[in-house]
Amino acid sequence: MKVVVDEEHKGQIPATINKLSFLSRTLNNRTALLYLLPSIVLFSVFVFYPMFKTVYLSFFLTDLQGRPAEFVGLENFQYLIQSESFHKSIKATLLFVLYTVPISIVTALFLAIIANEKLKGIGVFRTLFSSTMGMSVAASSVIWLFLFHPSIGAINRLLSIFNIQAIEWLVDPSWALISISITTIWMNTGFTFLILLGGLQNIDENLYESASIDGASFWYKMRRITIPMLSPTLFFIITITLINAFQTFGQVDILTKGGPAESTNLIVYSIYREAFINYQFGTASAQAIVLFFFILIVTILQFKFGEKRVFYQ
Amino acid sequence: MINKWVVYPLLMICSICLIFPICYAFFISLMDGGEILQGQILPKSVTYQNYIDAFKSVPLLQYLWNSFIVSTSVTIGMLVVSSLAAFTFVFIPFHGRNVVFFIFISTMMIPWEATMIPNFLTIQKLGWINSYEGLTIPFFALAFGTFLLRQHFKIIPLELYEASQVAGLSQFKFFYKIVLPVSKTSLVTLGAYGFLTTWNMYLWPLLVTSNDSVRTVQIGIKQLQTQEIATEWGVVMAGVIIVIIPALLLLFLGQKQLQKGLTQGSIK
Amino acid sequence: MKKVELVQISKSYNHHTNVLENINVSIEPGEFFVLVGPSGCGKSTLLRMIAGLEDISQGKLFIGGHHANLLRPSQRGISFVFQNYALYPHLTVAENIVFGLQAQKVPKNERNKRCIEVADMLGLIPFLKRKPRELSGGQRQRVALARSIVSQAPICLMDEPLSNLDAKLRSHMRSEIKQIQRRLGLTMIYVTHDQVEAMTMGDRIMVLNEGKIQQIGDPLQIYNHPANAFVAQFIGSPPMNLIPATFNKQKQTIQIEYHHEILVPLHDVRNISNEDIIVGIRPEDIHLARNEPIHFQIEVVNVEVLGTETIISFKIKDQQWSMKWNGQWRIAIGDRIPISLDYQVLSIFDSKTGTALKNAKADTHYKINEVNL
Ligand SMILES: Nc1ncnc2c1ncn2[C@@H]1O[C@H](COP(=O)(O)OP(=O)(O)OP(=O)(O)O)[C@@H](O)[C@H]1O
Ligand SMILES: [Mg+2]
Repeated sequence: MKVVVDEEHKGQIPATINKLSFLSRTLNNRTALLYLLPSIVLFSVFVFYPMFKTVYLSFFLTDLQGRPAEFVGLENFQYLIQSESFHKSIKATLLFVLYTVPISIVTALFLAIIANEKLKGIGVFRTLFSSTMGMSVAASSVIWLFLFHPSIGAINRLLSIFNIQAIEWLVDPSWALISISITTIWMNTGFTFLILLGGLQNIDENLYESASIDGASFWYKMRRITIPMLSPTLFFIITITLINAFQTFGQVDILTKGGPAESTNLIVYSIYREAFINYQFGTASAQAIVLFFFILIVTILQFKFGEKRVFYQ
Repeated sequence: MINKWVVYPLLMICSICLIFPICYAFFISLMDGGEILQGQILPKSVTYQNYIDAFKSVPLLQYLWNSFIVSTSVTIGMLVVSSLAAFTFVFIPFHGRNVVFFIFISTMMIPWEATMIPNFLTIQKLGWINSYEGLTIPFFALAFGTFLLRQHFKIIPLELYEASQVAGLSQFKFFYKIVLPVSKTSLVTLGAYGFLTTWNMYLWPLLVTSNDSVRTVQIGIKQLQTQEIATEWGVVMAGVIIVIIPALLLLFLGQKQLQKGLTQGSIK
Repeated sequence: MKKVELVQISKSYNHHTNVLENINVSIEPGEFFVLVGPSGCGKSTLLRMIAGLEDISQGKLFIGGHHANLLRPSQRGISFVFQNYALYPHLTVAENIVFGLQAQKVPKNERNKRCIEVADMLGLIPFLKRKPRELSGGQRQRVALARSIVSQAPICLMDEPLSNLDAKLRSHMRSEIKQIQRRLGLTMIYVTHDQVEAMTMGDRIMVLNEGKIQQIGDPLQIYNHPANAFVAQFIGSPPMNLIPATFNKQKQTIQIEYHHEILVPLHDVRNISNEDIIVGIRPEDIHLARNEPIHFQIEVVNVEVLGTETIISFKIKDQQWSMKWNGQWRIAIGDRIPISLDYQVLSIFDSKTGTALKNAKADTHYKINEVNL
């Protein structure tokens, strides 16, 4: 590559734009492509292609192997709009979101605040509080299945101590969704707690100290320092919890199978049943599209309204 | 900040409430059938029979092994794929970098459940039903992982890259000799996170496994529960305890790390 | 030892505006060459182009007589010391030092030998096993130096390597770097925004402003004969006092304020053609009017007593000037002091272009001393 230029001509070299060779100019592009290739291939095969395929399938009736058999246009969607069972599913999903998200966040925030105190042995409590993060859906659901057991489950035993009549947690249509929500809130606590605690610990200690010097009360500090400084973390965790709520499946599958009377037929479970039990891939895909839009709307709303109130560092 | 005589009792009560289901499951797993039916909470006498029965009634060891293989493969695959992508986004200036990154991030908005039908069909077509490939490869590319690592790689001063260029290091060598070791902690975080989520995965293994050879432990629990529910709660709970122990251990060991790594990645 | 030549080099990041324009300079083998200028003037950019970390938009770069525009950084025979040192945080000091050698596949024995040699030279032996974060700023700086020295590259580039150190350590490192450069015969290209560093270290200095070369020369040339008002004000501490003035050809005077006039000697009258000029005077050239004609009666606004000298600030025509007097003076803020300006020590610049029309006569007050034994 070394080019020797004779001494006399150097001064006369006009200021030219250097032409790098094509290969070295595109070196970065080629390397980038090489390094990104695994991700690109995987995303294409397992995210983008199936997304389009889902849209495609939602316009068809399919055979048992999931092959599109007959183009029906928007009929699958029309069917959904009229389907009472789908209405129930949507209603259950929205109710479920409403039950679980606020309570999960508030509970975890409370736990994070008390676990953020610098006390002896606080590490043990932090570990305990985060423990449900390690619990799988299947394990948690099975445990709660027993806790909700009408006669020998701990919850009804506890109620009986206070002379409260046994509740048919998973069988009574008015309680089933609540039972699922309780299980979910319990499962959410660990992760949500861990994230919020991290957020709290990122807040500069000096802010509290200077507020204390000014004589601020606990609630004042909470309102004026903790919540604003925590808002990016809250923003993040609310979004995650919301999205997770829309994606709930395992609890339903183990605890209620969508029943009783479809009162816990959350949307993902509904998709699963439609596709893998009834082999209606077309309508299942149409439901999947609805799910996609739910999550899209959540994300957009979060960014639109959440962002204004968020304090960014 | 708050009086510690208020905080300690609060901490105690909350811990008991939260931990109770897990402890309860543990106690049940130590009881015999009669005690369980009486609705005891603490076992009067301890029996390990349930554990023996659990291993007998479903091939739990095989399931544990499968779960371990699957979780480890996903963890490694995901770390490799995401770290390569994250490295590219941070250190290699290529045309359309922002656009490509945006496309990557947009995959986070597509819920896995919305695409599971075609994915199932794909796996079927590839002949990956009941195989480790079907359980692992779809999860190798993870936008969240790429995003998290990118945030961490961005903290690495560009001068380190330039210094290694002056020293004559190739891009790939810089990646594995400098970037990876320097970001060890975030890799561990993401790895633990990946391992946990894969270990606990439920819906996908339910769809793509139909026999014992690759079935994971979570499906094992469900199987145990549907088989035994009528009588043997103790056996089911023994199974549950066996399944949650590895995940809980990992969590307890890496809790601080996870918390730090995940919050940093999520916010900045 | 290698020569570095820049021929009509320009740099543009956005294809519209040039960050650097038409840089022509030839840096001699074994020379300590300092690039100095205010923040954002393009010093780092220029250095990084020489290193190959930045593409050269226009012009040619020759290193050791070879065209080097397209060479990769590692092929240019350079070492680079970064402002924040760029030490690898996960490697020990020793590993950091030999990192480049490893990349170049230098055999292990040789590596260790060179590492010990350099570590010894810089007093790093006790720290070889430590990680960078266990070192003080000064020690990290030494590791960065060691890493560059150990490569035995004939050309060493440094980008503000001392700016993160405290004043005392900085002056110590200045002389240390200079000595090492001499001893090893390195061609050094050293970027700084600190004119003291430039003056004390450089064999030659290049002053840059807004991407253009203002002046190249040895330190005394630059101090005594600044090519323009920018250089005059940039080099020297406190900076040269500048003030717009008018030159009256008939009266042969320079008029600074309405009634303050300075007579211009006949032979200089011809040299100055403009009416509008900028007059500059170094702080050390203003003194108390004892027997001389009083030019200004000034009111002191600030006094800094430094021990061996005293810096007195005052206002002239809304501008703050300062003067530097030898010795210790008891002066209070608000005192009125008569001062005199001698024509000999005035610098005169074109008010539009800033080009120097006349430089202060260097040896009126400062004789350049020679030691003859
Ligand atoms: N990557 C880049 N893209 C666009 N403009 C840049 C880039 N790097 C530097 N510049 C611009 O080029 C000019 C010169 O920057 P440079 O870093 O060389 O300044 P400098 O003289 O080193 O300043 P300092 O003393 O602050 O380090 C600045 O105006 C800067 O904004
Ligand atoms: Mg700079």
